[in-house]
Formats: sequence, structure tokens, C-alpha cells
Amino acid sequence: MPTVSMTVNGKAVSGEVESRTLLVQFIREHLELTGTHVGCDTSQCGACVVHVNGEVAKSCTMLAVQAEGANVTTIEGLANGDDLHPMQEAFRNNHGLQCGFCTPGMVMTAVDLANKNKNPSEQQIREGLEGNICRCTGYHNIVKSVAEGARNMGG
Amino acid sequence: MPDGATNTGIGASVKRVEDKRFLTGKGNYVDDINRPGQTYAYILRSPHAHAKINSIDTSAAKSASGVVAVFTGEDMQVGSIPCGWQVDSADGTPMREPGHPALAQGKVRYVGDQVAIVIADTLDQAKDAAEKINVDYTPLKAVVDLRDALADTTLVHDEIETNISYDWAIGDKAEVDAVFDGAAHVTKMDIVNNRLIPNAMEPRAAIGDFDRASGEYTLYTTTQNPHVIRLLMGAFVLSIPEHKLRVVAPDVGGGFGSKIFHYAEEAITTWAAGQIARPIKWTAERSESFITDAHGRDHLSHAELALDANGKFLGLRVETAANMGAYLSTFASAVPTYLHATLLAGVYTTPVIYCNIKAVFTNTVPVDAYRGAGRPEASYLLERLVDRAARETGLDQVDIRRRNFIPSDAFPYQTPVALAYDSGDYEATLSSALKLAEVDGFAARKAEAAGRGKKRGLGYSTYIEACGVAPSAVAGALGARAGLYESAEVRVHPTGSVTVFTGSHSHGQGHETTFAQLVSDQLGIPIENVDISHGDTGKVQFGMGTYGSRSLAVGGEAIVKATDKIISKAKKIAAHVLEASAEDIEFAGGNFTVAGTDRSMAFGEVALTAYVPHNFPHEELEPGLDETAFYDPANFTFPGGCHICEVEVDPDTGTVEVVSFTAVDDVGRVINPMIVEGQVHGGVAQGIGQALLEGCSYDEDGQLLTGSFMDYAMPRAHNLPSFKVATEETLCAHNSLGVKGCGEVGAIGSPPAVINAVVDALADMGVTDVAMPATPQTVWRAIQTAKS
Amino acid sequence: MYDFNYQKPSSVADAVNAMKAASDGKVLAGGQTLLPTMKQRLASPSDVVDLAGCGDLSGISASGGSVTIGAMCTHAAVAGSSDVKGAIPALAAMAGDIGDPAVRARGTIGGSIANNDPAADYPAACVALGATIKTDRREISADDFFTGLFDTALAEDEIIVSVSFPAASKAAYEKFKQPASRFALVGVFVAQGSGGARVAVTGAGENGVFRVSAMESALSGNFSAGALDGASVSADGLNSDIHAQADYRAHLVGVLAKRAVAAAG
Repeated sequence: MPTVSMTVNGKAVSGEVESRTLLVQFIREHLELTGTHVGCDTSQCGACVVHVNGEVAKSCTMLAVQAEGANVTTIEGLANGDDLHPMQEAFRNNHGLQCGFCTPGMVMTAVDLANKNKNPSEQQIREGLEGNICRCTGYHNIVKSVAEGARNMGG
Repeated sequence: MPDGATNTGIGASVKRVEDKRFLTGKGNYVDDINRPGQTYAYILRSPHAHAKINSIDTSAAKSASGVVAVFTGEDMQVGSIPCGWQVDSADGTPMREPGHPALAQGKVRYVGDQVAIVIADTLDQAKDAAEKINVDYTPLKAVVDLRDALADTTLVHDEIETNISYDWAIGDKAEVDAVFDGAAHVTKMDIVNNRLIPNAMEPRAAIGDFDRASGEYTLYTTTQNPHVIRLLMGAFVLSIPEHKLRVVAPDVGGGFGSKIFHYAEEAITTWAAGQIARPIKWTAERSESFITDAHGRDHLSHAELALDANGKFLGLRVETAANMGAYLSTFASAVPTYLHATLLAGVYTTPVIYCNIKAVFTNTVPVDAYRGAGRPEASYLLERLVDRAARETGLDQVDIRRRNFIPSDAFPYQTPVALAYDSGDYEATLSSALKLAEVDGFAARKAEAAGRGKKRGLGYSTYIEACGVAPSAVAGALGARAGLYESAEVRVHPTGSVTVFTGSHSHGQGHETTFAQLVSDQLGIPIENVDISHGDTGKVQFGMGTYGSRSLAVGGEAIVKATDKIISKAKKIAAHVLEASAEDIEFAGGNFTVAGTDRSMAFGEVALTAYVPHNFPHEELEPGLDETAFYDPANFTFPGGCHICEVEVDPDTGTVEVVSFTAVDDVGRVINPMIVEGQVHGGVAQGIGQALLEGCSYDEDGQLLTGSFMDYAMPRAHNLPSFKVATEETLCAHNSLGVKGCGEVGAIGSPPAVINAVVDALADMGVTDVAMPATPQTVWRAIQTAKS
Repeated sequence: MYDFNYQKPSSVADAVNAMKAASDGKVLAGGQTLLPTMKQRLASPSDVVDLAGCGDLSGISASGGSVTIGAMCTHAAVAGSSDVKGAIPALAAMAGDIGDPAVRARGTIGGSIANNDPAADYPAACVALGATIKTDRREISADDFFTGLFDTALAEDEIIVSVSFPAASKAAYEKFKQPASRFALVGVFVAQGSGGARVAVTGAGENGVFRVSAMESALSGNFSAGALDGASVSADGLNSDIHAQADYRAHLVGVLAKRAVAAAG
């Protein structure tokens, strides 16, 4: 069985996996970081989005072995101790989540969006969330959250 | 106080208590739980919509690598999965209720029906082994279409000799027919309420566990009502008494009704865990959810509205065929009858109504409650009919509604279809929505859009719904096989902090916040001192769970009643310590005060006295401060409101864009406006989804064509606008909080507003109806048909 | 997903050798199509040969009136490339509207072309722009490359190295998205290049991407939306599914072609 090593949330980790082990399985089952979720099997819902070497990736559509040597950030790696990341804080402040299941992927996508566009318009936010499905919020408050989070990240 | 907020009481938009754990990846969903020695299950499902099982050979699978056990229906001889509501046909015969096995018994009746469970050390091993199971099927002709099923030429269940479970009616048909005979105008429509797939973002999951030493079973499951599951599964399916069965519903990632029902996988994993004495985890893959989660809606109706020469509604008659799928799911039978036909008066004074419902079996996934459950079907039917009637009689859309509203001074109002509305002000929500939607400027916006080659339309929906099915005695008389109360325990700890155990279950609704607001407000203690515990039959006394927007109106009211008991007892304790009579004790701001004096005790001091009862009225009271209440409401609650949708249609492609959506709802008293608005947003998004995007499609062999997010269109961020949302408040007359319920209003009110807007946009092209979902192709075709 | 032997060669030559040696090898580029297919157990390769280690497959360069994109360039890289934006802005815009941000961050041009999904965007761009696909062993014109549904001129062990697009004086892509998958229900790429006007359609054809010669001739003397008045596409040979019948797709081809020509300016 292949061994993979990577950095996850700043910590060096490694493990034996099967070739077919998905990155999300490695994160959830081997590392027991269960904040990253699986909401579909067709790479569409975005509940599993993490950052791999600074870029968004659907961790259900990536093999663990493809992340060999990579720097991975999951939802657990965003806050600084008890201090929420500005995007997390913005979601809380704007009621940008209800059941919480899509939230980790939504926040990880939002952080990436804000990294690339410090002052996104509503239209840009809505298009940027193309790959993340939420069934609870109707996106209204997510859009508000992302706008506020982006402002606060830029400031 | 969170974030320096000064007000956390009723009416404050308190930030949610639960958010921090969800935002940091610390939520605890069923699939996040791992039990020591856990195995993994894969459930082999029928690839056929209808087939006889001749034999199942599991020998190769059993000897495959890592496999612990394989079970089929032959091994699992248990009770049938029950239906929770008995509906009688108009002729008095009870509904036909064929057996609903957890694992198929000789026959499969829909694609996805459970055939075998493979349990292995890893999920991949279980899946690999499942491919080695050889099932010898004889495929049978499937009946998929409702109309075909009504013909009874192919039967889903041979033993009942028909596909009709019940043929139910409400109203006096002769009386209604007579009204139609004398009417100045009759509007007629065939209306399809499209079948939907709920798609909560968390796929269903179940972990069965068995403790050999104690003989206790534990089921961790994605349910909205753990006690109901314990009752249905324990008493009817597996014969496990309640004290040996614990059901835990931890964080649950959305439900929308689809997680109310007792599902086969819960029984299979629990039963099998007992067989192998090891925990078993099963988690649905999304494509599995598509073919096993109960679907929603799926009504085929013919509706007729009789009007007099002044546009007053004289009578309504409706014939509906409701698809039940292959088996009767937990609440399926109640949805088209008591949650649909009884809502057909809407907000109007229609004096006579007749509705006939035929519940029909087909070789498809069972159909049951989905956000709104019957009420969206009713509001869609009625509001499309009213829209059409206005167009046919030349009345203005707002005017025809106003002419027929139940006036605000007419409450309580008895409708001709059993329900008695307690309160409402439909003119208030309508006029507020007209302003918020800026209807006055619509003509100018339509002209501007026309200049760009786009067709603008405005659509209205003035709707009512009914929440918190009640009271139990009436529901029981109508066939409910359960009570419809809720319970709460308010446990005051010795130093004055409080844990509330509620039978309601939060799967996105924010109960941990709203309920804490209630108790904090009532007891005058900081909100941080109140914890809400739910979702575990091992902790919570009892509960009927969360569905039908009942949590606050029923569950919240139970909490208020338990807290009232706490205050009552605390007053007696304070009276004893303060040497006054209990009647003279006033409770305000967290202090018990002897009226007219400065003698006072804080809530925390009373709590401590209750648990350290040195100076205590032992002759009158028991020590401790812990009270339980069960609340059985006197009636449903009746939220209602007005939704206005503005669309822009591209006539070249048929694309519909929702450019503006306004919802003004009366949900009674609002405890947390932020959460209420969020509930409305989500409901409206699902309603717009039903109207424009979502539709479940089967081929004639019963294969689901919309079996993944690749083919079932979920609303995404750029399909929707930001919403204009407001509330108008009339208080519920029969609960102390005055609350009505807000979880479903969005999904109930919105679909007709959207379709009415699309029809309005295309009316000058001759389009009179557009089916849901109004996809670009559907709209384009409606235009082509109108042109030709 | 069935298990497989994972290989990560460091050059195209090694990758070709790995593919030759494998009994049923599959090349892994961005994995945005291959992995979902394998997850559904619809593919069971013996070996998966990951090209991520092949440094010779990345990079975008513009020279001599064309832009060359390495096979492992992601959609995001193409969308953000100043070389692509400078030479063929329509190509950059098209890449920027594939899938969603996460798909664009991993999905590659080589993977998309080699897969030749009938609803993918790149095949339309390649055909309309008259691209040349360079592999480890030869160069193939786009017209010859896309041979049918999920079918290309590539040999089993042949690996795409890069794709060269000649700059067009005018070009635009109009995509009408399938409402669920957001793939192209119909996509029309129009280009006015040195070889004349080209119109390539994806999403609609039973055999994948195709050119519309009637529209191309109409546009050849007059590259304007008006020139397409009366030009229509027959529904014969177009896909029918739950999202769109062939006649609707045929209608959309006409609408989108006009819009694309108008957008191309």
C-alpha cells in the first residue's frame, strides 16, 4: 500500500492508504478531521472543498496520493485558536448557515474567492459559489456573509 | 451577552449558539461518529422497478475478503415498517396497507428496494463483496405513471388487487355540484404538482450498535424525531422494548421532512448489529439517497372554481391522484388528505368545497412529506386557479383576491373543509407585500425589459398553511396512530444554570438559540446559562420531533409550560425563605420579590435552596427544581401571507430569471427575526426550485432519470436573487407565545407566485399555463404552442 | 472505486512507457472526470498514470500569432493567462466558465480534450479556432482529433503534450447550461480566423462537437449576426434527453450562434 505524506493545517502527517483512497477519506478517516463533509458522489455539492497548495479542491475528486507533499488546509485549520477566521465570523454574523453541513466547503470556497477578489460584487459571489450547494439558506445570507468576510479579510 | 448584545430575549436577533461548532468543523453528524469495533455496511438494492426474486446466492460474498456477514430478507424475519396514519376511504373501508419489509421478501417494488446487507471491515470490502451476490430476478412489468396505475392493469401489490390505497373525500359533492350548476363562471384546470427529491445536504446515515452485556441496542441515525423512530422501529419492526433501545440523532444536516420517516436502513443496521454483536455503519451515497429518500409532492389534479358575476368564489371541486410510491411511508397517507384537502379554502371565503383524493401505488420510491407536505400542493392548485379565474373574468389579480379574502374581523373562521382558523389578516400581508415589491413601478420595468427583448411578469400568491397538527384527540379520530403533543423538561441545576430537554429536534432551525431565548427571557437569566439538549432518547424524556413547522408552536410551548412549573415551585420556595405567602411573590427580571417590599431572592438563590434544602418547605414540596411538561395544542396554527414574484423571460431561449421575490408572511410572534428570515429564505429557495428547476423523472421501466445532481437541478446561488422578506404579526390565539411557525411558509407560498409570474410575462403571447418546473425548454415550448 | 496501481512518472516519455506496460492503463490529468467515473465503478483501470509529475506538460506561451497551452494547464490557468487573454480573449473567457472554481483549479485542457465529453466546452473551442493538438508522437488537427462520443484520434497509450490555437480576429463562445450539471446543453463557438469563419457546436450533437457549414458560409462574407438570419440547424442527429429535445437544441444553436457572432464584435 502506498504511503502518503502531506502537511495538513500546518502539521506534517503521513499514512498508509490504498491507491483508491480519496483525499477526503484520508482527511476524515485517517486524520479524523470530520469537518470536511461528503454530500454527493458526482463532484458537485462542494461540501468537501479544502485548499490544496492554496487552491480550492474538491477532496472527493482527488486521490490521497495526488496530495503527496502538498500543503492542505481544511475547515479545522482556519480559525486561530478560539478566534474565528474573518470569513467564519462573517457567516456567524450574517446567519450564513443553518444545518451546517455544506458550511465547511462553503467557507473554504468563500475564503478562496475573497483571496482572489477583495471586493466581490453580489454577482461575482453568486457565480463564485457555483460549485457549492446549500439546501437551507437560499444563499441570501451566504452571499451577505461572503461580502462581509471578504471586506474583513481585506481590511 | 454574545457580541455585546444587550437583548437576548424574545424578539432579538440573537446570533446562533450552534454556529461556532459548525463553522470550525466540530459538528457531530452521524457519519462523523465511529464506534469501537465498527464495521461498514453496503446495501444491495434492486436494479429493477418490479421483479420477483427467485433466489439469492450470497455464498461468494460471504467468503470475500473482510466480510463479516451477509443477510437477506430470508434471514431478517421481522415486522413490517408501519404507516403512522390510517386514512379511511369515503365508503368507510380502511386504507389498503400492504406489507413494507425492511429487506425484500420475494419481490422488489422499486429501483432501490433493499435486497441484502453486506457487512465488512471496510466499506470498499463490503462493496466489492456485494458484487459477488447473485440475485436471480424475474423482471415484471412496472407501473410508473399515475394514470396507468389508476387503471389497475399492472399491480404493485398483488394481494390488495388494486393500486389504490384509499379513495377519500371531504365535502358534500351534491351540494358543490349544485353551486357549479348555477355559477356565472367556472374556471377549470388540470394541475400537476411535480415530484421532488428533498436532497438535504447530509445524506442519510445509520449506525447500529448492540451491547451484549446489557442487551441494549443503540441506533445513531439522521432523523428529525428519534423517539418516533424508537417507537416505530422498536414496537412494530424489531420488537425491542423502549428501555433496551436508544436512538440518537446528533447534528443532522437538514431534513425538510425527508428525515421524519422510519427507513429500512435503520431497522436493518440495528437488527444486524444484534446478529453480529458489532457496530455497523451505513452512510448513503448521494445517488443512493436519490433512490431511497422518500420523494415529495407528485399530485395530478383536476380543479374547478365556480364564481358569481362579481368574481366571488362560490365553490371549489378537486379530484386528485396522489402518488404513494411502492409502499406507504410513515406519514404518506396524511399528506394529500389532512394536509392538502383541508387547506383548499386558502385565505378565501369559498363557502362549499369538495375534494376527492385517490392514493395510488406505483413502482417508484415511496412519496411522503417534503417541506410543506400537502400544503404547497394546495396553495399551488388554488393560487393557479385564482390567477386563471382573474384572467378569464378580466379581474385584476389583486382585486380578485381582495374580493374573496376572509376579513380580519371574521376570526375564528370555520372553513368548509374542517379547519377553523384562529387568526390572520390577509389584507395586511398583501398590502405590505405590494409596497415591498414596488408593484407600482412594475409597468415601467416591464416596458424597459421589453426594450431589451425580455418579457417581464408579476405573479401573486396569497396563501395559508397549517402547522403543528393538533390536537391529539382530533388527529386520533382522523386516523393518526400517534399523539401530536410535545414534551419538555426544564432542569435547573443547583447554581442556577439550566438544561432544557426538548422532544423537538434541530437540524438547521437553530433551536439551541431560539429555545434558549425563550427560557432566558422567562427566567430572567443570561442566555449563556441555558443549554438545550435534544436528539437522544437516552437523555430526553419523550418527544414527537420536528416537522410541520411545529417546533416553536408545540415544542416551544411545552418548554414554556415546564418553565411555568419551575417558576411556580420557585415562588413557593422563595415564599418560604422570605416568610411570605406564595401568592404575594412576584417574579420579574430573575428575582422573586415579596410584593410591595424590597425583600427579594435571585433565581440562583432559589435554585440553590431547592438543592440544599436546609431552609425548605419540606412538608409542602420535594427538594430539587426540575419540571417536565407535555403540551397538546388546542388547534393547528395558521401562518399565511403574500408572496410576489417578478420574472424576466427570454422568449428566444425560454430562460426565466427571478429578478425579484417578495415574501410577507404572518408567522405569529417572532422570537428571533434573524432565524425566521433565514427559514423564509430557505423555503422560498426550495419553492423557486420546485417552480423552475426541480423535477423528478422516471422512464417507463421505472428507472430514475434524475438520479444525481448531474440531472436533478438543485438551486444554486446564481439561480436566485436576494429576497425581500418581511413579517406582519397576528398572534396565534391558542398558545401563550402567540407563535405560528415559519419553517414551511416559504416553500408553500412561493411556487404559484413564480408560475403566475411566468404566465403573466407570456400572457400577451397567448400562453395560459406553464408546467413546473418551468425549465427553459418547457417555457420555450409553451411559447411555440401558443404561437401555433 | 476499484483499486489500481498508481504511477507518477516524471516525464511524458516515462508516462507513455507506463501506459504501454499497463494492461488497462488510464491517464490521470486533473481527474475531474476520470475520478467520478471510477468512483461509480464505471471504469476499472489496472493502472492510473498521473501526469502531475511531468514538468514538460505545463506552461502557456504565445508566439507567431498563436498561443500554445501545455496539456496539464488548468482551466483556471488558461482563464487567467495574459497570453491567452491577449491572443484569444474568448478562449480565456470560455475556460473561466467551465465547471466551478474547484473544477477549474484542477481540471486541465489536456484531460478535457482527451475525454471528449460531448457536452464539454474545449472541443468547440479547438474546432472553431482550428487548433492543433500535439501529442508525444505527432500533431493532429482539431478537425481530425474529435472522432465521436468520448472518442478521439488518440492511441491508447498516446499522451497530449500541448494544444496550439491560432489567434482569431474575432471569436466568442456562447454556452447554454444544462440546468443541473451546468455542462453545455448547447455551446456555440464562433471564430473569424485566417482560414475564414468557423462555427463549432458542442452539447448538441449525437457524435459530439460538429461544425455548421451553412452558418460558416453565411458568415464568410459578412461576419455579423444578421448574416445568420434564416440559417438554421436540422434537429436530425442532435441529442434528445430529459433536459432538451433535439428540436429545442437545434433552435438554441441558431440563437446562440447569433449571440456569439454579436458578442465577437
